Amino acid sequence: MATKGKDAQSPLPDPQAQTESTAALLRELVAHLRQNRTQLREEWARRITRAQLLTAMTEEEIFAEATSVYDNYVEALETGTFEALQAYARNLSERIIPRGVETHEVVGIVLLLRDVLARSLFGKYHEDFDKLNRILDAYEPAANRIANTVAVGFVQERERIIRQQQEAIRELSTPVLQVRERLLILPIIGVIDPQRARQLTEQLLRAIRTNRAKVVVIDITGVAAMDSNVANHLVQTVEASRLLGATVIVTGLSPEIAQTLVTIGVDLSEMATVGDLQGGIEEAERLLGYKVVPLEELTPKA
Amino acid sequence: MSRPSSESTADRDASTVADDLLIPITADVDVVTARQRGRDLAAEAGFSSGDQTVIAAAISEIARNILMYAKRGEIALSVVANGDRQGVVVVARDQGPGIRDVPRAMQDGYSTSGGLGLGLPGARRLMDDFDVVSDAGKGTTVTMKKWRRMNA
Amino acid sequence: MEVPILKQGHYLIASIQSALTDADLSQLREALIERVGRFRARGVIVDVTALDVMDSFAVRTLRDIAHMARLRGAETVIVGIQPEVAFAMVQLGLTLKGVSTALDLEEGLAFLNVQTQLRIDRGPGRLDRG
Repeated sequence: MATKGKDAQSPLPDPQAQTESTAALLRELVAHLRQNRTQLREEWARRITRAQLLTAMTEEEIFAEATSVYDNYVEALETGTFEALQAYARNLSERIIPRGVETHEVVGIVLLLRDVLARSLFGKYHEDFDKLNRILDAYEPAANRIANTVAVGFVQERERIIRQQQEAIRELSTPVLQVRERLLILPIIGVIDPQRARQLTEQLLRAIRTNRAKVVVIDITGVAAMDSNVANHLVQTVEASRLLGATVIVTGLSPEIAQTLVTIGVDLSEMATVGDLQGGIEEAERLLGYKVVPLEELTPKA
Repeated sequence: MSRPSSESTADRDASTVADDLLIPITADVDVVTARQRGRDLAAEAGFSSGDQTVIAAAISEIARNILMYAKRGEIALSVVANGDRQGVVVVARDQGPGIRDVPRAMQDGYSTSGGLGLGLPGARRLMDDFDVVSDAGKGTTVTMKKWRRMNA
Repeated sequence: MEVPILKQGHYLIASIQSALTDADLSQLREALIERVGRFRARGVIVDVTALDVMDSFAVRTLRDIAHMARLRGAETVIVGIQPEVAFAMVQLGLTLKGVSTALDLEEGLAFLNVQTQLRIDRGPGRLDRG
């Protein structure tokens, strides 16, 4: 049995020596784990299957990932630094989350590895109870930190993916429609939080530019609740649209909402409002029609 | 409406991701430099194009303030990370006459005709965190931050 | 950095090419006002497509240009405000109220054509262009 460095001494009261002996113990432990890599990894894979974890993956895939996890685990023990492990954990998570692997599975397999390695340490040092204790003293904090790092990395990655999906949903649920040339319609439905409001505005402004829209009809019939924040966003959207040369018609304004707007100081005379969407579109066409006629003689595209 | 100048605990734990950029503000052209650097820094930190513009505009207002009222000063830019958020931090310092009444200065001086007024209320509207420490004869320090959630 | 000002018929077109300092903006204002008077221009277009930031000074200057131009009988249109710039502006509380805006140069010219046409139709009595 190869051991690196000197034989471990019994721990001294001196903390410096204690740290050194911990380091020596860890080195010994790491050497053992490396030497018995093959059988420990197989034992671990067996346990994973028995515990019915990672059912979404094939045996080959489990084996491949198990190898990486094992090596990263041992390396973290060896170096005592966890950045590489953290990066690996996120990387791993990015790969397995789309496969349907869940948090409890990831935590489960890391804990199983911890157990497999601990058992192997019992096996090796069972004749020297004192040494076994010291080895475990060195091993346990590191192993727990590893389990923690991997679990947290996995959860953070999950949260990132969920946020991305929410973002995608938000984009989908606020379509800017081009129904006629130079005319855009933006029906707003549901609850508007500040983030969504901002996204709405940005999307609309980009669409105005892309479609060279001259009139925008914003329909707020479906807006769940109009408070002063939402009202402010609406006003900002109208003003920003105007800066891009577009006229905005707001439709679906209930008397209550009109009241809210007036109460927060919105000058409704600045905002063109029409009762319903249909009326708004007609007004928009009228505006466009009116503007087109005298220009036909003057603009190149007649 | 002035906020106390203490930093929140959360911010104290934030770690600096990028080194400070220090831009002296002594002339017209420095206002442009400061906002360009601010935009670039925000871009490097992964902020959206819209947010880059907002940050640049806020820096422009504050930098101009320095020139107008203190004649000279400096702007420090940095990027910090706090948990899963990343933020651009702008600190504008000058040894000018100072602001005697900070709450009053923070009031909306912007009428629809865009009349004169310190750039403070406008910049505050643009940024997430905003703090002014100033007093008559003691110069002014404006600290403002914009945050974003990190996506890996 | 001087902004090039072109004369196109009765219109003046100022195309901003890059970021402008406050001094540059002031210089642009003076140059435009001078030319409006000199050429008896009927319209002014300021193209800000290249500006990636518009702060309070820029907005104030544009407003001044529009105001002074109108006193001299010329209508002003600001064109090319970028979507993000527009968004930042409204958050800052700058609305360019009272100043006409259009999407781009083409739209701006079309707008001026309508405006000057209306003016001619209305006959004398409008602000003189002297």
